[in-house]
Amino acid sequence: MSPADLEAVYEDLAETLDAMTEAQRPVFLAKLALLMAEALGDAGAVRGYIAAAVQNLDA
Amino acid sequence: MRPAGRGERDSLYFTYPTFEAPSGAARAGLTGRAPVVIVGAGPVGMLAALELARHGIASVLLEARDTFNDGSRAICVARQSFRILESVGAVAPFLDKALGWTTGRSFYRGRQVLEFAMPDSADEKYRPMYNIQQQFIEQYLWEAISRSPLIEMRWCSRVTGIADITGGLRLTVEDTQEGYAMEADWVIAADGARSPVRSLRGLRLAGQNFEGRYVIADVQMRHDYPTIRRALFDPDCRRGGTVLVHRQPDDIWRIDYQLAEGESEAEALREERVRASVAALLAELGHEGPWELEWWSVYSANTLALEDYRDGRVFFAGDSAHIVPIFGVRGLNNGLADAQNIGWKLARVLQGRAGAALLDSYSPERRGATLDVFANATRSARFMTPPGPGWALMRDAALNLALSHPFAGELANPRQMTPYTYADSPVVLPDDPGFDGGPVPGAVLPDAALEGGFLSERLGPGFTLVTCAPALAEAMAGEVEAVLIPPGSGAALLLRAGPRSAYLVRPDGHIAARVHDATAEDIRTALALSGCARQGEPA
Ligand SMILES: Cc1cc2nc3c(=O)[nH]c(=O)nc-3n(C[C@H](O)[C@H](O)[C@H](O)COP(=O)(O)OP(=O)(O)OC[C@H]3O[C@@H](n4cnc5c(N)ncnc54)[C@H](O)[C@@H]3O)c2cc1C
Repeated sequence: MSPADLEAVYEDLAETLDAMTEAQRPVFLAKLALLMAEALGDAGAVRGYIAAAVQNLDA
Repeated sequence: MRPAGRGERDSLYFTYPTFEAPSGAARAGLTGRAPVVIVGAGPVGMLAALELARHGIASVLLEARDTFNDGSRAICVARQSFRILESVGAVAPFLDKALGWTTGRSFYRGRQVLEFAMPDSADEKYRPMYNIQQQFIEQYLWEAISRSPLIEMRWCSRVTGIADITGGLRLTVEDTQEGYAMEADWVIAADGARSPVRSLRGLRLAGQNFEGRYVIADVQMRHDYPTIRRALFDPDCRRGGTVLVHRQPDDIWRIDYQLAEGESEAEALREERVRASVAALLAELGHEGPWELEWWSVYSANTLALEDYRDGRVFFAGDSAHIVPIFGVRGLNNGLADAQNIGWKLARVLQGRAGAALLDSYSPERRGATLDVFANATRSARFMTPPGPGWALMRDAALNLALSHPFAGELANPRQMTPYTYADSPVVLPDDPGFDGGPVPGAVLPDAALEGGFLSERLGPGFTLVTCAPALAEAMAGEVEAVLIPPGSGAALLLRAGPRSAYLVRPDGHIAARVHDATAEDIRTALALSGCARQGEPA
């Protein structure tokens, strides 16, 4: 993925999140995580990403 | 509970008999010693008596009540339980009455997100699950008991004391007359979740209590829907909660619904409250006709078990040994398997065909099955009643995603379990690596269509050798019954059996050992290890 591609995804996510209610946001993100996990088809890798995303949450 | 104005036994569909304590001449024999006394004639105690009788062992069954239990309670009877009922000669009325089913559907906010089917095929004699009310289960077991000359049933007879004596136990029994004491070599305590025998022995259940509490309500109505288990997540009538709907015989429908957070049990159990909950659900299901409330109760999702199902000469079976959440539908089914397991083992020991060590395998095998239920039940409990905000979010996300993507609906699949495999049992042999797949030792022998019938029907009350090799069967004649399966047949393929392969199957249908290229000596060794058979005794 090129930096421009990543940027496009970033913008799409931001706009999509802005267009929904606060209560819908976590559900949406959790759905997205499940959907991408299924598409990736590699449980070990997904669990690695979960561990990576947890880092620095209270930085 | 029943609606105001109706007694505890005023059922819309079931006529309760009333039994009496032994009286008259029968009382003379009450104090004799019995090889086995079973405390409690719920389904588990009754099955234990029938299993002992199947192997020729007499027992006395002591029951405190004067009739069958008050409501439908455990309604889902699994395939393996039907095999057990068949083996004790009791299955016919169950097949007439029970509603077999294979399919479940889950809904999220009124929309279907999953349809699952439990494994079934022409190789299976029985359907994966049947619905039937517990009163019928008890009635039909009782009918089988009353046909058996080996079982002495004593109603209205409550055990109030149990003490160790040399080589046995002494029981104190209260009945409607003066009461008495009697002795037994062995006791099976099948006296239910509040087991007085357990307390008398100073034992306690250990484990977890879950938050989820369910009201279970039976209504009678003409309602047009097949026998399919429905699970409604987050329905309009109960936002944030879960509702289960099951069809039972006699136009009875079971509705299980979760209590809301902070809702008191006393409040939830009030008749008006139950009626309102049922009415709201029926409206959501689109049921417009009349309905009558039959019975209701409350049930909580606990995972509790004894550390050891054996205490000296006392064996605990069924709810006295373990309490499991209802949505796993294992409470009754595992109890019946407990009864069968201890039944055949005690019979062999009492007949001197096996050493007492065989009895030590009861607790590890059956407690292992309970722990397996706990693992699964914990999984479904977390989905039905998420224990924290993270669990709730992921559950909602999965259900919501399932509206468009079926793979996510699989997370709602309860995966109703197959019977437990006794892989670590002291009386199950290690697998033979010569097999390329097929059922492993400790598992239940799978059923297979065989010569116009089923393999399961050919298994004897003792150990059975299942083999493709006529020479092996002949060499073992007089030592163990054999079932010959044709090489290359469906059954042989299912078992991955070659021309000299052999499976040794226990009286409970579990595989004790399998050998890919078997000799008579292999089978003798396996028999000795798995039945703790004494040398030279027929199996
Ligand atoms: C309200 C309720 C709802 C349930 N719903 C479900 C369900 O939906 N699905 C499910 O799978 N399971 C359900 N269960 C659990 C299921 O009913 C049990 O798993 C099953 O009945 C266990 O059978 P048992 O024979 O071990 O015990 P029980 O059926 O409880 O039988 C024990 C017997 O022992 C007798 N007894 C007790 N003390 C003595 C004594 N001192 N002397 C002589 N006899 C004595 C009792 O009278 C009773 O008859 C429910 C249970 C209850 C209470």
